[in-house]
Amino acid sequence: MTVRPMINRDSQFFWDGTAAGELRIQKCNACGAKRFPPGPACQECDAYDRGFEVAAGTGTVFSYVVHRHPPVPGKELPIVIALVDLDEGVRMVAEVVDVAPEEIAIGQRLQVDFNRVDDELTLPVWRLDTPRSSATRRPEAE
Amino acid sequence: MSTLSRKAAIVGIGATEFSKASGRSELQLSVEAVRHALADCGLTVADVDGLTTFTMDTSSEIAVARELGMKEMRFFSRINYGGGAACATVQQAAMAVATGVADVVVCYRGFNERSESRFGQFSLAAATQVNTNGLDNAWSYPMGLGTPAATVAMQATRYLHEYGATSRDFGAVAVADRRHAANNPHAFFYGKPITIEDHQASRMIVDPLHLLDCCQESDGAVALVVVSAERAADLPQTPAYVAAAAQGSGADQYVMTSYYRDDIGIPEMGVVGRELWRQSGLGPADMRMGILYDHFTPYVLMQLEELGFCGRGEAPGFVADGRIEVDGAFPLNTHGGQLGEAYIHGMNGIAEGVRQIRGSSVNPVDDVEHLVVTAGTGVPTSGLVLSR
Repeated sequence: MTVRPMINRDSQFFWDGTAAGELRIQKCNACGAKRFPPGPACQECDAYDRGFEVAAGTGTVFSYVVHRHPPVPGKELPIVIALVDLDEGVRMVAEVVDVAPEEIAIGQRLQVDFNRVDDELTLPVWRLDTPRSSATRRPEAE
Repeated sequence: MSTLSRKAAIVGIGATEFSKASGRSELQLSVEAVRHALADCGLTVADVDGLTTFTMDTSSEIAVARELGMKEMRFFSRINYGGGAACATVQQAAMAVATGVADVVVCYRGFNERSESRFGQFSLAAATQVNTNGLDNAWSYPMGLGTPAATVAMQATRYLHEYGATSRDFGAVAVADRRHAANNPHAFFYGKPITIEDHQASRMIVDPLHLLDCCQESDGAVALVVVSAERAADLPQTPAYVAAAAQGSGADQYVMTSYYRDDIGIPEMGVVGRELWRQSGLGPADMRMGILYDHFTPYVLMQLEELGFCGRGEAPGFVADGRIEVDGAFPLNTHGGQLGEAYIHGMNGIAEGVRQIRGSSVNPVDDVEHLVVTAGTGVPTSGLVLSR
């Protein structure tokens, strides 16, 4: 069982993006400020006029955990979860897949991928940005 | 100086036993604790005209009032954000009695968070709540980050990285708490002290947190009776005057996942600290001891820094060599903390602060004129300075 995100009209664009194989970051149409998580008002200029930019899908580990206990719905433990600083300047919580607990470290480079759960939900997941993972990375959600 | 400082006092404390299976409803636990707290200060239900609790509490003020047989209530309120509410319930009560909105306000918190809804588990309810907190959790829970330990561990990893601290520094908090609990007959871990080696050998829960960095899910309830300073003078117990009562929320604040600031950490506790010192006219050097919220050890270190007891990254040195133990220079959590006594969302820590002011703690600290108490960390939070 996958834990599904609560979605409203302020965050719908993000999930539409993952379904399309895009990692979308909210961008203010008035002043250009980027933010994550998204919200209805620009924190820089107060405008409600917002769009998004598609992130390159690369970033650097700011922090991480290895979750061993207790159970997490839909996950086989242990799992590695990181905070990733995207190259566009925002930070996200990132499930890192296909990585051994001892492989993760602050400063490592990550590359996004997409886990298509069903017709309604595609979750971003991240992999170590190495030649091995790049070679096996799917171009986008099928 | 603030008009709130020393205008109110905690005069009664009460609690149920702390257990892993109370065998009765959460409502009953809270009602029992309120009655114990009233008996402690020689007041009766007929004196009470206000109740305040946590938004998270499953027992409403009116349900508690009904079971107590209260006829009318003039003041009732709740504070949000989990354990961050603890000291803010006292702030609510203090403001009510200081302004004459109410005369006797009881703060309560009761739950079966071990035998019923377990707080340490992955919370689907938190991920699906229909409000902005649920929307906020969309950015962490679906990614697998959804237990209290995991959300704290994310901050702990970065703290270790930034300051060159080690797991043993977190362990110093656990060792102190468990030493204090070992002397407390009401504590889960009465008679069960640990060593730093025990801490290091305990299993990993969420790296870098070991089992002994984490508090225990607990069943139980605590209640606190707050009256005006004038009324307190007529009651039998030594009043614990509220020298300051503060809430705090930081920039770009979230509940347990304030990860999007440039510098993560708990600046909301800095907000609380600055307001405590402003209201009370006191400072860290005036505090004889502290009760710092310890559901997980790393946040105790970060609180010492945010409250100004030491600089950023200096807490590992501050807590070393027994300094935070009962015979140290700055004792912490002399009831055993939430790691050692029970996890009653910080309310049992406020009760211990009152006992230290009264001189009735099982681990008494000499000459306690003033002490600091804090509420839940990683969330919008609160704090108190209690004075003799």
